[in-house]
Amino acid sequence: MKSVRMVTLLVAICLISFLLVKNSPIDPIQAYIGADMLKVGPEQREKIAEYWGLDEPVIVQFFNWGSAVLAGDLGTSMIYRQPVIEVIGERFFNSLALMLSAWLLSGVVGFVMGVVAAMKKGTWIDRIIKWYCFTLASTPTFWMGLLVLMVFAVWLGWFPIGMGVPAGVLAEDVTLMDRIQHLILPVLTLSILGVANVALHTRQKLIDVMASDYVLFARARGEKGFVLFWRHGLRNVALPAITLQFAAFSELFGGAVLAEQVFSYPGLGQATVEAGLRGDVPLLLGLVIFSTIFVFVGNLLADLSYRVLDPRTREVRK
Amino acid sequence: MIKKFPLNRKQRTLVKIIISIIFLVTVILGGVLLDEDKIVTNLSERNSAPSLEHLFGTDWLGRDMFTRTVMGLSLSIGVGLIGAIGSASIALLLGMAAATMGKMADRIISWVIDLFLSVPHLVTLILIAFTLGGGFKGIVIGLTLTHWPSLARVIRAEVMQIRSAEFVQVSQKMGKSRWWIAVHHILPHIVPQLLIGFMLLFPHVILHEAAVTFLGLGLSPHEPAIGIILSESMKYLSSGMWWLAFFPGLCLLIVVRTFDQIGENLRVLMDPTRNHD
Repeated sequence: MKSVRMVTLLVAICLISFLLVKNSPIDPIQAYIGADMLKVGPEQREKIAEYWGLDEPVIVQFFNWGSAVLAGDLGTSMIYRQPVIEVIGERFFNSLALMLSAWLLSGVVGFVMGVVAAMKKGTWIDRIIKWYCFTLASTPTFWMGLLVLMVFAVWLGWFPIGMGVPAGVLAEDVTLMDRIQHLILPVLTLSILGVANVALHTRQKLIDVMASDYVLFARARGEKGFVLFWRHGLRNVALPAITLQFAAFSELFGGAVLAEQVFSYPGLGQATVEAGLRGDVPLLLGLVIFSTIFVFVGNLLADLSYRVLDPRTREVRK
Repeated sequence: MIKKFPLNRKQRTLVKIIISIIFLVTVILGGVLLDEDKIVTNLSERNSAPSLEHLFGTDWLGRDMFTRTVMGLSLSIGVGLIGAIGSASIALLLGMAAATMGKMADRIISWVIDLFLSVPHLVTLILIAFTLGGGFKGIVIGLTLTHWPSLARVIRAEVMQIRSAEFVQVSQKMGKSRWWIAVHHILPHIVPQLLIGFMLLFPHVILHEAAVTFLGLGLSPHEPAIGIILSESMKYLSSGMWWLAFFPGLCLLIVVRTFDQIGENLRVLMDPTRNHD
């Protein structure tokens, strides 16, 4: 059932984005030829249009494109002069390193913050964490990126200013260490902002758990502090936090777009912006489809984690 | 002797809301009323650090950053307002339609909501801005089309709940039309939810506007938008001109936070179940 829904959604997204870019003011022939447009006469133009099938009805064009996509051919990116699938594949690994590290870091730190806030509810620690999280929720990601860049790269000079690898070094000479060094600042930016959601959610859940009868009973037996949390709290709050984290893939992608732009990090986000700015239609369409699949995988993992981790949902399914 | 005015919780929340609103109105009016003379190019005062005369410093053309920031904020709030009103209207319409117009409508609308949630907001915004060729129209339409789904879900759930209430059932039995029930029974009940949802939507809309403009796909570079100011500042960061990016971003943060605060306070005021939180 879920997969049927996903397929219909994906097809609809393909169709809508295809129609959207078809109606954009950018003329595909002009975008492809660029500055040589003056040398191309009307007859040549028609020839090119015919060669690409641009003279056919939109729906036929869509099916042509759709069948090519199904066969794994997303076309050729105009700005990178490479097949779209290769551009996405190459950049996906860069982005994956960025997003995965930020995802793990913000998840763990956010969870711990939420737990601390809830266990110390009403104290100054709780108030500080709450204030911090609410403020972060209103912080523009790219501004945070600029701040991090200013402090750590310009003032302190600890890290390089942007890019994915050092400038002027051959591709085979780039070490893992270099890559990691370029990765730290974007990851830091995304993690600082990413904790808010998980922390606030975990705090609320744990406060609810702490108000329950079984915790009252445990307290009456003399359990308190960390032991109380370990025995009765952890399992109850870990699951919603994991689910939330998986469901946040969409925001993670959006954050990565901005962070990559600030740090000129060669990932998917930067490719999306470039494609949008310079009118690279095949790449833009490919990225829309790819980001949709990415978000869907996140939601799927969230569902699966529930089934694997929560015995109650398993019982119901039998 | 200072007389103390004892205020209860409700009054205190109201005072907070009023102060926040006054602050925002000042910013908006400031942006409209400040004369453009202050941001004319003044090459004799280029790149000066913050001082009493130029609170936020000046940029590489000698323009006063404080004036530019206030104008940018005013513009952002304006764009945000249009986008948020549009989104809230769509959410209200579709949320009500999903809950009152039968199973088929509900299914279709849920599907559309899923459709909009399954692409990252920023990617949708880039796509729409690309289609409409960027600029004011592109960004407003993009913002309107991307922010309604979550609020629509909330409204749908709320309407479903009211629909099964006894007074609505009685009304139905008395032969009132669907439209009459929707306007007289359901709408008044979801106005608070709608208002709160609208206020909580607003910060997201402003942040996304600034983000897309920052990426170069939103408002044109001639507008004094915050996103433009920040993306321009990137070129000057490595030369140590921190004030170009720091203050405008901080002000945007404060404005967004204020909106969020108003939304949260309204919720406390209107939603009795959260009064004890």
